[in-house]
Amino acid sequence: MSQVKVQNLRKRFGALTAVDSISFTVRTGEVLGFLGPNGAGKSTTMKMITGFLAPSGGAIEVAGFDVGEQPVEARRTIGYLPEGAPLYPDMTPAGLLDFVAGCRGLGGAEREQRVRETAARVNLDSVMFQRIETLSKGYKRRVGMAQAILHDPAVLILDEPTDGLDPTQKIEMRRLIRNMSRDKVIILSTHILEEVQSVCTRAIIISDGKLVANDTPAGLEARSRLHNQVILRIRMDGAQAGEESAMAAALRALPGVGEVKSAAAGGEAEFCIGAKGSAGIMDDVARFAHGQSWPVMELSRRRGSLEEVFTALTRSGE
Amino acid sequence: MDAVRSIFKRELAGYFGTPIAYVFLVIFLLLSGIFTFYMGQFFERGQADLVSFFSFHPWLYLFLVPALSMRLWAEERRTGTVELLLTLPVAPWQAVLGKFLASWLFIAVALLLTTPLWITVNVLGDPDNGVIVAGYTGSLLMAGAYLSVGACVSALTRNQVIAFVLSMTLCFLLVLSGFPLVLDLFSAWAPGLLVDAVAALSFLTHFNAVTRGVIDLQDLVYFLSMIVFFLFVNTVLVDLKKSE
Repeated sequence: MSQVKVQNLRKRFGALTAVDSISFTVRTGEVLGFLGPNGAGKSTTMKMITGFLAPSGGAIEVAGFDVGEQPVEARRTIGYLPEGAPLYPDMTPAGLLDFVAGCRGLGGAEREQRVRETAARVNLDSVMFQRIETLSKGYKRRVGMAQAILHDPAVLILDEPTDGLDPTQKIEMRRLIRNMSRDKVIILSTHILEEVQSVCTRAIIISDGKLVANDTPAGLEARSRLHNQVILRIRMDGAQAGEESAMAAALRALPGVGEVKSAAAGGEAEFCIGAKGSAGIMDDVARFAHGQSWPVMELSRRRGSLEEVFTALTRSGE
Repeated sequence: MDAVRSIFKRELAGYFGTPIAYVFLVIFLLLSGIFTFYMGQFFERGQADLVSFFSFHPWLYLFLVPALSMRLWAEERRTGTVELLLTLPVAPWQAVLGKFLASWLFIAVALLLTTPLWITVNVLGDPDNGVIVAGYTGSLLMAGAYLSVGACVSALTRNQVIAFVLSMTLCFLLVLSGFPLVLDLFSAWAPGLLVDAVAALSFLTHFNAVTRGVIDLQDLVYFLSMIVFFLFVNTVLVDLKKSE
């Protein structure tokens, strides 16, 4: 079973510790997202996994190969899209893919077939014989992606694969990543949180070189202060007029309810009802509101916000 | 060997995919013509040999080879493609060797294009073709030595102009290391053995020995070991500096 194992990985640049004792494991079928502010150490970690950068300490194992001891064997199993997808500007996509295939030891008919299939897979056919420097950013990124997946690698490492793409291209790229995930280990970095929700099975948040969270996207959301919060909106006419603070107090008295915030505007009041534990309070709130005969306009449960968790986790280091 | 071959092919195609190849070839032929006929007085000497052609090669290479080698690594690092190249299953020495062989073959092509001159001497007179073959061999070996120095320096910087100027300077010192200009720097303080060692490093001394028509093992070993040494340093530098 091919996997990526990182143990106590460290990287120092002079006095700066860019990566500080990071450990994690990724298994086949998983799509791991690296999240973190710019300069948090995401790219540095990826460069060390691909063997481009030598770690200051710790161990990396890719598909059973120690990256420090058997760098070439390890790299054979890896497909890598570096940050910004650097490519030889004076080559054509056809020439570049042929070159990469050659370096990867693919020859003859197999090489041709691989190049053709990969080009079709990322929709490069129409620009195969144009110089790369004349291509749009979206096409350049696809060429970068094509060279990474050309040899059908067991481990795919993508540094900001959707950065700089337009919304349609982003969606296409995510679809491509999802489609490939079944038989691969995929590690990608991003600073777009919705991307984590749409493609990743697990996310790691890195801040100041340290791993601050390693969880599923849903698990991360659950860490949010806002998770399971119930929103209740009530029409404030007749009996209820001007009573919102009393109503808030009544809600607060319910079992399992924590903080309640109320706001009234335009004849309606909105209550944000926080839950004390992890148990849902939706049902209790609904029954209570019904029992009080409040004219309910909206009753909904909030999911945790990844943004909020991300901000809370990455700010703590400051 | 797949990797070396692929890198070699890519690099060679890179020369011909850009104007570099044509500019280089034209300038090389033009200058070697000028040197041979005007400065070397090819006709006036009245001798059926190519001495006036070969004797200018050390000076011609001094600025043409660094112009060829300056981009080898500096360009890769400036555009970031070094990350693409060295995360392929390619060992640094394979990349160094592939690039070197491509540029060396390119210079060999340039030399090959000067053969009309060889034909000319054969038409006009009766030259010692063995000496001429030795001259070509020596010239190609010397070009390889220049090239390995240039490739090595190119790995030091991401700026091609700096790479050019530095390799030209280093080559200049190596060309002249048998002459007072360089030796005086050492003779004042260094022991005689070191001065002799420096003097023995001169491109010019070894090249002149070869162009006289005697391909001495010593000169062959000299040029080949220069190439191997600088390519070795090149490999170390590439590995050290790649991610900076």
